[in-house]
Amino acid sequence: MLSFILILIAGFFFTGIIIRTKSIASGRRGPGVLQPIKDVIRLFKKGAVYSRTTSFIFQIAPTIYFSSVVMAMMVVPFGQAKGIISFNGDFVFFAYVLALGKFFSIISAMDTGSSFEGMGASREALYSLFAEPAFFILMGSFALLTGHTSFHMMFMALHLGSYISYAIALLATFVLVMIMMVENSRMPIDDPKTHLELTMIHEVMILDNSGFDLGLILTTGYLKFALYGALIVNLFIGMVPYQYAIPLFFGIQFLLAVTIGLIESFMARYRMSHNPQFIFALTSVSLLIFFGVLLVLGKFA
Amino acid sequence: MISITAFLVITLLAVTIIPFVDVKGKAVVVYLAVILNTLISGNLAVQAFMGQSFEYIFAGSLSLGRLPIRLDVLSAWFILIINFIFITGGFYGLFYMKTYQNQRKNLGLHSIAFVMLHASLIALCAIQNGMVFLIAWEIMAISAFIAVIFEHTKIMTIKAGINYLIQSHVCIVFLMLGFMWAAYKTGSYDFQVIGNYTAGLSGAAPVILFLTFFVGFALKAGFVPFHTWLPYAHPAAPAHISGIMSGVLIKIGIYGILRMLLVIKPDFTIVGYTILIFAIVSGLYGVMLAIVQHDLKKLLAYHSIENIGIIGIGIGIGCIGLGENNLVVASLGFAGALLHTWNHALFKSLLFFTAGNIYQATHTLNIEQLGGLVKKMPQTAYLFLIASIAICGIPPFNGFISEFILYSGMYYWIQGATMITMIASIFTILGLVLIGGLALLCFTKAFSVVFLGNERHSFDHEIKEVPQIQLIPLYMIAFFILIIGVFPQYFIGLIMQPVALITGSEAVGRIFENNLTDSLQHITLAVWGFILLILTVFLVRKFVQTKRMVTYESTWACAYEGPAAQMQYTAGSFVRSYSKLLKPVIMSVKREKEIHGIFPSDGAYVSHTYDKLEKWLIDKPIMAIKSFMGRFRFLQNGKSQFYILYGILFIVSIVCIPIIYETIIQLIGYFKHI
Repeated sequence: MLSFILILIAGFFFTGIIIRTKSIASGRRGPGVLQPIKDVIRLFKKGAVYSRTTSFIFQIAPTIYFSSVVMAMMVVPFGQAKGIISFNGDFVFFAYVLALGKFFSIISAMDTGSSFEGMGASREALYSLFAEPAFFILMGSFALLTGHTSFHMMFMALHLGSYISYAIALLATFVLVMIMMVENSRMPIDDPKTHLELTMIHEVMILDNSGFDLGLILTTGYLKFALYGALIVNLFIGMVPYQYAIPLFFGIQFLLAVTIGLIESFMARYRMSHNPQFIFALTSVSLLIFFGVLLVLGKFA
Repeated sequence: MISITAFLVITLLAVTIIPFVDVKGKAVVVYLAVILNTLISGNLAVQAFMGQSFEYIFAGSLSLGRLPIRLDVLSAWFILIINFIFITGGFYGLFYMKTYQNQRKNLGLHSIAFVMLHASLIALCAIQNGMVFLIAWEIMAISAFIAVIFEHTKIMTIKAGINYLIQSHVCIVFLMLGFMWAAYKTGSYDFQVIGNYTAGLSGAAPVILFLTFFVGFALKAGFVPFHTWLPYAHPAAPAHISGIMSGVLIKIGIYGILRMLLVIKPDFTIVGYTILIFAIVSGLYGVMLAIVQHDLKKLLAYHSIENIGIIGIGIGIGCIGLGENNLVVASLGFAGALLHTWNHALFKSLLFFTAGNIYQATHTLNIEQLGGLVKKMPQTAYLFLIASIAICGIPPFNGFISEFILYSGMYYWIQGATMITMIASIFTILGLVLIGGLALLCFTKAFSVVFLGNERHSFDHEIKEVPQIQLIPLYMIAFFILIIGVFPQYFIGLIMQPVALITGSEAVGRIFENNLTDSLQHITLAVWGFILLILTVFLVRKFVQTKRMVTYESTWACAYEGPAAQMQYTAGSFVRSYSKLLKPVIMSVKREKEIHGIFPSDGAYVSHTYDKLEKWLIDKPIMAIKSFMGRFRFLQNGKSQFYILYGILFIVSIVCIPIIYETIIQLIGYFKHI
């Protein structure tokens, strides 16, 4: 329950901080940190325009997309505190419930019959397909390292003892940050602020959404950031008592947001055709982690 | 005994009556026969689950030996699946075939094939004598062949049928080889005797014997590289037959593999790794090719290969678990495999039946010509959607449950003792995850191109939903897809007994209790919570929107005001970047006629994909044989004088060869004498 609330709070600020960082990096003052939330609230109050081509799928897709991320949030623990739902193999549920949201966001983009949105949908489907293995192998490494198969137990048992385990944690952070970027369609995979529909992935998929639905989709994006951020935080807090863990949580989330802002400020987007290679390379980093774990356990004897 | 007699009498009676009644009568007789056979076999199956395995041993004949009919829980599980799909598929078929009402004789043959197919599949699950098993297998293969070539006036259909017929006989050759080997060593075709014989063996012999059977059964199940018949036969058959073929016919191959594992008990580790490799390759290769297909049924057929791969992964890790004495991995692996067998039967038959609806409504299955069907055929669309989500292994449907069990098994396996185990398991996980992701790409493509957006082709007939009554069996299947997804624990109890039988351990119940029950209960809760959450958010949305202005416009096309249906993303364009990436694996043939000149004439662009493995394993060898045989073609020149000459030559040689032989012998004797 604790983790759910914390993620919710972090989600409120995350995107705002990213935007603020980008503004400062480009020499502007920028909007307030809560501006994205204000945008969403404004959207919730607005009416909507639907395409005549669309069907019921388009109506329900944002709801399912939103619910899937909220559901995934319930699975994530916070240090000693379990998630609302916690069981052996819950990370499989985590990944697959997110996949349901993705499934619906893809088909809702195709529902509009637009060539642009089809393009975004096609890319989203392809890239998320390549990002998935990295996550599962990462979890496999943790399962091997700790002997547990639920988020809660795994993170609890994750002790950072030796140098190799620091390296593993570092690599894991890298993998999770990159997965976060892929899942949220940020740089260097996708540029949310681009002007041309041809070069977008996520943004182009939601061209036809408006009003409440768009608000839901944006909120989902914010929450998704905090969700993956919480996973990263969990790598480090383990058994740390709450009075330190909670500030640490917000500290790391803040750091992540700033990092993302800096990446977006100083990096260009990759060429679309090179994205799959890049994303699949994450899988090899995950495999590196796996072999690192084998080293730690002394299985290379 | 009474059950067996009744079963045989019903089957024979139905087959005899069918030719003599009119079309309506045929339908009644077929369905009645299927129901009665279902009741009889289903009764025995349920009894087997209650703990009373059915066994009856016919005396048999001198050449066949004893003919035991045994129906244990493993058989029972498959019989229940077969019956369920035949009941729903048969019901669907009754209405699907209405279009062909005037083809009376053809329907008669089809009906006979249908009844025989059902009966032979059930019989295969119970017969435990190799020779009789082969006979039933042959009946099954031929009746499936007849069922497939219903539309035999189409050249593609008959080609696909013959392809299937030949390959299923290659499969029989392997099975026959296996049974003959065993019979040569033991003098009996009885499975039990074979089992006793192999139990006394050590070393490679049981493994090779098992692998002989495995190749035979893999041909039927559609493991890569034995899959080439499958993508032809499934699209060629009428929809209900495709559903049944994909749902249960190929599963009889899985049954065979499991049965032979039980009988032969080979070195489980070696066998497990072999099956695992075949399975991962099948899973990946099947789905990779499925994505680039443009024929809906062919796409589904390749997905059957993928799902056979997933089932194979379960069997593989189950075997390895047995070999390593890791009972948890073994039971989770087999449990995943058995549950996925049923799950796949459910959603794949549902997909084929909905594809049948589409074919009935539009007369095409080329997905590039479809689009926007959700508005014309909403029920078919949502049924297809349910099955697509299920086949991707996404909650809240049944596919997730079996994949979850497999993942549980693999993540338990990863904690094993040796490095090889760990690396093998991580790559198996990698394989299964990739399969899942690729399936998502494939079904978002299939669903959205067929049902969403605008129509890509204008048909000169009205497209409308099929009659409500035809949808009943589809809803029945969808109901089970959902129920397994939301109440998995009840079904886990059901597969506990077959798993206990395969692993040969009574501890399976406890293992499930420790490793699965808790998780599945949580999944139930989570899934219900999820459904509730979706409903709540949707209601809130609805409530908010009633107060706001909602308008309808045309799709946003960057301020361009006339987006046409042709401008939509097509299936080909949806997977273009994917097929570019996978160029080395997929063979795509393009024919292009470019436009040039000041007054360009018509241009054209056609692309289709071909199975690379089929090219190398089937086409090339056949070409080689053909070209070799072609050298003797001069013999067959069509002139009757020559044929008479051959005849004379033949007779002369028959007479002369013994004489010459005798002479040579004499000569040799003579020389030796010297």
